[in-house]
Amino acid sequence: MTRFVERHPAWALIVIIAIALALWLTLAVWPPGLEEAIGRKRVFLNAVFNGITLGGLYFLVASGFTLIFGLMRNVNLAHGSLYLFGGYVGYAISASTGSWLLSFIVAFILTALVGVLLQLIVFRRMEGQDLRQTMVTIGLSIVFADLMLWACGGDFYQIQTPNWLIGPIELPLITAVKSSGEPVYLRYPLVRLVIFAASVVIGLAMWLALNRTRIGMIIRAGVDDRDILAATGVRIQLVFVLVFALGAGLAGIAGVVGGTFQSLSPGEDIRFLLASLVVVIVGGMGSIPGAALGALIIGLAEQLGSVYIPTYAIVVTFLIMVLVLAVRPQGLLARR
Amino acid sequence: MSLAHDARVTVRPAAAAQRPKLRGWPEINNPAAWIVAAILLIMPLIANGFFLIEIFATTLILGIMALSLMFLAGYGGMVSLMQLTIAGFSAYMVAVFGVSGNANISLGWPWWLAVPMALALATMFGTLGGALAVRTEGIYTIMITLAIGAAFYYFTNQNWAIFNGHTGINTVATPHFWGVNWRADIPFYYIVLAVAALCYFAVEYISRAPFGLALQGVRDNPRRMAALGFNVNAHRVAAYAFASFVAALAGVLQVWNYRQISPGSVSVGACIDILIIAVVGGITRPIGPFIGALIFVLLRTFALDFLVKLGLDGNRFRLLIGLGFLAIVFWSSDGVIGLWQSWRQRQRSGAARSSGRHGQGSGHG
Repeated sequence: MTRFVERHPAWALIVIIAIALALWLTLAVWPPGLEEAIGRKRVFLNAVFNGITLGGLYFLVASGFTLIFGLMRNVNLAHGSLYLFGGYVGYAISASTGSWLLSFIVAFILTALVGVLLQLIVFRRMEGQDLRQTMVTIGLSIVFADLMLWACGGDFYQIQTPNWLIGPIELPLITAVKSSGEPVYLRYPLVRLVIFAASVVIGLAMWLALNRTRIGMIIRAGVDDRDILAATGVRIQLVFVLVFALGAGLAGIAGVVGGTFQSLSPGEDIRFLLASLVVVIVGGMGSIPGAALGALIIGLAEQLGSVYIPTYAIVVTFLIMVLVLAVRPQGLLARR
Repeated sequence: MSLAHDARVTVRPAAAAQRPKLRGWPEINNPAAWIVAAILLIMPLIANGFFLIEIFATTLILGIMALSLMFLAGYGGMVSLMQLTIAGFSAYMVAVFGVSGNANISLGWPWWLAVPMALALATMFGTLGGALAVRTEGIYTIMITLAIGAAFYYFTNQNWAIFNGHTGINTVATPHFWGVNWRADIPFYYIVLAVAALCYFAVEYISRAPFGLALQGVRDNPRRMAALGFNVNAHRVAAYAFASFVAALAGVLQVWNYRQISPGSVSVGACIDILIIAVVGGITRPIGPFIGALIFVLLRTFALDFLVKLGLDGNRFRLLIGLGFLAIVFWSSDGVIGLWQSWRQRQRSGAARSSGRHGQGSGHG
């Protein structure tokens, strides 16, 4: 932190000003001139919260993607299919048992199993052949997409939100002041906040597991140089299988989350594959903090874009990617 | 039998020695190539309108798009998933600048102005995308070009001012001149065939020209090429520019073929189809994409009937394509061409082994 400030004083200043501006925009009551210029504060705050929670969902999808890439150099373009598979499994479980939490567990286990099978049957046979693995994942995503279309049809599914999470909650953020002087507070769906909190917890747990445990140490060593790691006697294939299972399972959980606050249908797999691609390109391939930062940026850009410049929302996301590629091709937080 | 075998053995080195003298047109002394060319030329006598347009013209158009990918992937080592997007951009530009049913969008230029404009813009678009993509390497290129393709798809869906949203642009006018309706089946087939042949031989020529050789050097060892004084990135961007032009030509043909263009034609799935076509055909030689396109179009057209005949659900055509693609990627590094070559090689080495000559057929790259 201090080193960053010492090295790039100008950038640090810009970041501080941006943070201060963002804080002022969220906390202060907007003066009437500003409301006239860019619309009401409630709309802005809703877009910001939607962006942050969407970023949480993107992080869940992209962190598995980036973890698998970081260790195995495998661009798993079937990751979107795993997301959709997890969502369908979650829908089936929550529809039949009525338990929302159980659907997370089952979705995680089943998608992790699919991931284990993929790693054991497919990717292990073509280790080190990046391009071929990528082609195989493209083929797999086509096959999976068609199988799921076969099994579930083209309908939209939405996973039922449990009763204790339904409804909005009042946040201590003032959106406006009534003429009587009474402040109006922001109301926001509780379920999205809970899901966002859960994704933050998962992210922190992953960071802790990677940086503070023995298995995390092995994984980090594998990211740096897997040949040397294998030579030191670590059973690298077992580590690969575990990481693949974890990455796939995270995609499955993300599927349940996405199915709860959006909906599941054919085509969502490609949408989320694209989202995680952009997120990891922006954040840096193979970096978990990068995935978090990228997910936050892309989620905010998408939601704020769709509120303020609706026709060109997707172009904003794309421009961010172009900008990052032009300035820092390896991604914002990549080490190399 | 031994005579025939001896003849084969003596012919092969001779052919190999002749090759450099012919400045690399291997088709000239390959009878199969002449036969294929003759069949393609007299195709309108054999096939009726449906086969001519729906099968062969479509195959050639998809083949040209996949050819542009093959050029990048095979000679440049850059797998670009945005070739269809460039073709779609060019198709949109033909519809926007030319004449179409959506008079509020189309500018109504004559085709001989609209087409060069579309080609120029699409080439520029592809070159810019390429300039972005060459900042990264290998699998990153796939991801960035896929992201560009997807962004274009969503953009066409959302933009109504130029791209007319998800309905797209319909009843695009096709050229009429010299008293010929060039969209009638037979003239259109010959246009497509001519463009395909042009692109095919252009790619073949460039692959042997100094630029193509340098590009292949860049593919194999960029650091050494840079040390030799070649501008690695400039070569790559130039390769993207050429491939974009080829893809743009295919896009013009495609919009004339269907007379409409909509976001569905530039979807992510369609981008991936082009990759499938190129990989199934084989990405080491320019003929590969056309073979892949023929297989793809035949499957797409007849898989439904075929599956129903077998008592299966006809809608599972994409499953069939996906499984076929997986099988090809699994068992052959170079698509159908690779399978064919390794089969030939095995036969040859089998024959050689039977007559006691060892170590000739094992060198298979």
